[in-house]
Amino acid sequence: MQKKILSRKSLGIPYMIFLALFVMAPLFVLIYYAFTNGQGEITIQNLTGFFSDPNTLGTLCYSFGIAAVTTAVCLLLAYPVAYVLATSHLKEKSVILLLFIMPMWINFSLRITALKELLTWLEGNLAYHPFLNTVIGMTYDFLPFMILPIYTTISKLDGALLEAARDLGAGELQAFLKVTLPLSLPGIISGVSMVFLPAMTNYVVLDMLYNSTYIMGSLIGSYFASYNWHGGSMIALILLGIVCLFTLLTRGDEEETARGGVLL
Amino acid sequence: MEQKTNIIELKHITKTYKDGFSAVSDLSLEVKKGEFITFLGPSGCGKTTTLRMIAGFDVPTEGDILLNGTSITELPPNERPINTVFQRYALFPHMNIYENIAFGLRQKKMPENIIVKKIKKVLELVDLEGFEKRSIDTLSGGQQQRVAIARAVVNEPQILLLDEPLGALDLKMRKEMQLELKEMHRELGITFIYVTHDQEEALTMSDKIVVMAEGKMQQIGTPEDIYNEPANAFVADFIGDSNIFNGIMTGKLKARFCGGEFACVDDFEEGTHITAVVRPEDVLLTEPGQGKIRGIVTSVIFKGMHYEITIESGKNEIIAQSVNSAAAGDRVGIYVEPDNIHIMLAEDHTNIFAAEINRNYELEYNGKVLDVQLTDLIKGSRLTEDGTLLDGNGLELDRNKLRIKISIKPTDIELTDEQEEGLVQGYISNLIYKGDHYSYVIHTDLEQDFVVNDEYLWNMEDQVGLLMPVDKMVFTVKK
Repeated sequence: MQKKILSRKSLGIPYMIFLALFVMAPLFVLIYYAFTNGQGEITIQNLTGFFSDPNTLGTLCYSFGIAAVTTAVCLLLAYPVAYVLATSHLKEKSVILLLFIMPMWINFSLRITALKELLTWLEGNLAYHPFLNTVIGMTYDFLPFMILPIYTTISKLDGALLEAARDLGAGELQAFLKVTLPLSLPGIISGVSMVFLPAMTNYVVLDMLYNSTYIMGSLIGSYFASYNWHGGSMIALILLGIVCLFTLLTRGDEEETARGGVLL
Repeated sequence: MEQKTNIIELKHITKTYKDGFSAVSDLSLEVKKGEFITFLGPSGCGKTTTLRMIAGFDVPTEGDILLNGTSITELPPNERPINTVFQRYALFPHMNIYENIAFGLRQKKMPENIIVKKIKKVLELVDLEGFEKRSIDTLSGGQQQRVAIARAVVNEPQILLLDEPLGALDLKMRKEMQLELKEMHRELGITFIYVTHDQEEALTMSDKIVVMAEGKMQQIGTPEDIYNEPANAFVADFIGDSNIFNGIMTGKLKARFCGGEFACVDDFEEGTHITAVVRPEDVLLTEPGQGKIRGIVTSVIFKGMHYEITIESGKNEIIAQSVNSAAAGDRVGIYVEPDNIHIMLAEDHTNIFAAEINRNYELEYNGKVLDVQLTDLIKGSRLTEDGTLLDGNGLELDRNKLRIKISIKPTDIELTDEQEEGLVQGYISNLIYKGDHYSYVIHTDLEQDFVVNDEYLWNMEDQVGLLMPVDKMVFTVKK
């Protein structure tokens, strides 16, 4: 008996090793670098430095702006699509849904390159609208991650609830606002966290669309490129803190998020 | 006494779905104000569809629904003074009990202080005082059911619709809720329209029962009427236990069925084919030789209040309920009081279907050629060498204008497991035991119902082939 339990537990060992080597250890290294300086002394200078440097704060705001606008645009585009698809009686529903998520299966850089060509042709020079282009690029990239969880929550919604709302005197709009919308919130939260957080750091899209403004991801990259591991680590840690904060805020709906969360 | 007015009237309601399936056909009904009326029938009989049309979730394909004399057929559900208690409660999971019940009142823009009072009162009515702040998933099934009722009742609807509201509860809880609902109906004075497939529930609670099957109303009446005077074999079989026999009238107030001649109180002309229904509690066991027929007890089951005794008499099987036990193998006589025999006209179940004439002037049904010559069916007709059909006067007959109807009796069709051997295939959608044979309804792949009498037992939903001998078919030709 004892042996059996041991052998079952031992199945987890490879992953434990992986976790220790590639998650825990780097995290400690990160924390160590974040709170030390070049001489190996413990300091919070990196932290105060981040919040007193207008450049880094500007980058944080810019990243936040890009992520917020991208998330909002994704949500505005995705919700109606997900709603219509989930509530329609179309037989070809799954095919249409497939069309929306198909871009995910095409190589990322190929997609963005194609988008770049299209935008260049439309705008003449990409440098005219860096913010707009970045939002377009990110929306294009992240839209499926918003559609899928919302689609899943709405299509799982019990139709009888809507009928109950109508039965109790609600018109179609009222029934949507009071029943469908609040009950699809887990899907929205799931979608938002899957779009907002990557959008804050994904600097590849900016790079490829010739947006030379830094966002958090590129900022960290630049610190490491100039061998300032301590400053870079602190920014990475701050970002991690923001992610944790965000997760905590939506934690109340953890269970529902799990229900609404897909993914492939 | 004051004549009560009709609160709702259904006028020739038909609901056909896009795929051609008719859920309800030509249903007409009047419900009086304050009545407790129950739609009763097996699943798929159209009772829920009817309820949904009254609620406004479905629009009838044909017919009209009148509320207090005005048509509401096209009115959306939110504009009808009707509320529903849903089968699976459909409570809003993101709201607490207070908000759930307040939903309807808020839609009416009622001030909050009145809402508070109304909710307090309705929670007292359903015995859930002080539950306002509780969330839905902390409630048991029975409590959720009460909230669902409170949520509907608080709006003071003119009609309360209840769609199998007790279906998800256990037996004891169901019995309790039945009485409570009945009490609530008395207290509120609202018209209740109730849907159930549970005949006992219907008999216990209703002022009036509408028995439905296959989208049609079979009978409407008080529980006593329905039980004592079933309109047809289906109702007799569905409500309570019944012995159902085919028989024939042999004289004035005399009928022969189940191998014996019985005196009865229903008057039909001599020679009429009849269906006789005898409730098991009305089958009296006597000493052998003293009853109308003799039989041998084949099984005895103790049921608490009584014994259920199965007796075999010739080819017939009779179920009796008695407070006295018997033993398997006992020889007994069987007697039934004349007024306990319910006699109705035998329904004519002759199956009629249309055959097609193919290019070679052969008769075809379900893609199979029937072994019969078209020229034998149309007097004096002949086929010419170039493949046209001429009638007795030598005039050409257009095969597309000829209509061939085939009729065949239920007893002449045989069921088979070898589906492909049958002329048509289908599944058994209904069966009634008639003493010495089973009467089956087979719903074919061509969406037609065939009635087949067979002495062998098949099960509901069995896939079968229908063997129909050509020499038992009667052909009629229309030009």
